[in-house]
Amino acid sequence: MSADGLGFSANEMMAVEAARRLPDGAVCFVGIGLPSLATNLARRTHAPGCVLIYESGTIGAKPVELPLSIGDGELAETADAVVSVPEMFAYWLQGGRIDVGFLGAAQVDRHGNLNSTVIGDYDSPKVRLPGGGGAPEIALGVQSIFVMLRHSPRSFVERLDFTTSVGDNVRVVITDLGTLERRNGELALVAVHPGVAVDDVVAATGWELHVADDLRETEPPTVDELTTLRALKTKGRG
Amino acid sequence: MADVVPLNEAVAGLVHDGDVVALEGFTHLIPFAAAHELIRVRRRDLTLIRMTPDIVYDQLIGMGCARRLVFSWGGNPGVGSLHRFRDAVENGWPAPLELEEHSHAGMAAAYAAGAANLPFGVLRGYRGGDLPPHTRVGRVTCPFTGEELAAVPAHRPDVGIVHAQRADRRGNVQLWGITGVQKETVLASARSIVTVEEIVDELEPRPGAVVLPGWTLDAVCAAPFGAHPSYADGYYDRDNEFYVAWDPISRDRDRFEAWMTRHVLGTSDTAEYRASLAAEVAHV
Repeated sequence: MSADGLGFSANEMMAVEAARRLPDGAVCFVGIGLPSLATNLARRTHAPGCVLIYESGTIGAKPVELPLSIGDGELAETADAVVSVPEMFAYWLQGGRIDVGFLGAAQVDRHGNLNSTVIGDYDSPKVRLPGGGGAPEIALGVQSIFVMLRHSPRSFVERLDFTTSVGDNVRVVITDLGTLERRNGELALVAVHPGVAVDDVVAATGWELHVADDLRETEPPTVDELTTLRALKTKGRG
Repeated sequence: MADVVPLNEAVAGLVHDGDVVALEGFTHLIPFAAAHELIRVRRRDLTLIRMTPDIVYDQLIGMGCARRLVFSWGGNPGVGSLHRFRDAVENGWPAPLELEEHSHAGMAAAYAAGAANLPFGVLRGYRGGDLPPHTRVGRVTCPFTGEELAAVPAHRPDVGIVHAQRADRRGNVQLWGITGVQKETVLASARSIVTVEEIVDELEPRPGAVVLPGWTLDAVCAAPFGAHPSYADGYYDRDNEFYVAWDPISRDRDRFEAWMTRHVLGTSDTAEYRASLAAEVAHV
């Protein structure tokens, strides 16, 4: 049963689309915000065996309320194990134990390379962004990278100001307008979300966007997905 | 052997202008009380090391304590920018800030190498991307497999500062929950200061707790509420509203300075800091 008539936000569509792509049992390296929403939704719907790992050291976190920072006490209290930060990056990430990693960025290019470091020149930046954090080694060490960010010509650029993380392992980019997958080494539009025209996506992309021949429309969130998601959000923000 | 001393004595005696100082605590147990003391005694030209600078380094940078920052992620978690950090990097206010930027994995390896008394940490990372030419990283070849790996210089701070839940009267320290990189920070540093929520007669064992024996530390200081606005598992929760409120406070230079003057320079310890914050809330 679809949620037509209920109405849903772009963020909700993004979280639902990411959740659907997670196989049950996937070990996920999760960040705060949309990735946390998506993985917790998956765990409560089709993929109860998903393992959520937050870089603060919590392995197998099962938050009842969504965390507001990656280091929330809620994550440590519900985790199977809590490990130190050096152990997290050495034994678990570099050890090759993560299936899916979620990344965001200020800019992405057609190859899935990501910038979260600077806008402008590195030594005298126009905007100093937070930097890479865990992203560079997540991008190198995890075979399946999901990127989630808003679609605009400022963020989908022909040329990055700085390459923070390399895009070789980026499998999918989920935006508020649609979904891009890697086809022949380049990101191609494979789905548009309900109510979005292909031209809108092309206009919001700073490079000549390749549109897949088998382009489809994203299935809208089901009632079950939406109610589960909203229950999560209400608790988290309450 | 750790001396159990007041925080102002520890900071005045152990941290000098120009020192390399690491204040750690990954989202949890962030040593704000010690940072406030560094600001009160107006330490200058510090090289500050920290994986996630957070509000704690925004305050130190904005108050002119830092000359150089070694870090891996400089944002206000869940909120956005660190405006004092950005103002220093983008505009040189209140002073230019040199950056040595790493990834989390590189920082963690550098601390672990320092704790192990090794000259560098080794990891599979820093491949591709634009960061390597802008930071201190080298390549080493595995003598057994020929694999090329990244080498990051070990962190060896002059002073390591962390916050913990409790210590006993002999200065043995216990911390639990998300324990981050605190053990490595203390063991990598020439001198160390640990602030704690409380000093107790006897440390009861806790599953998963990290214990730092008193003989590995220089100073242990009672600083209840000393991790605010971060949190201390078992004592108080993260003050998420403060992290949100910091955005407009820190966005404006004058408002930032007024806030720091009132709540940090105008107070002498965590009890006064807490009372000062409560008084402001009461007046709003």
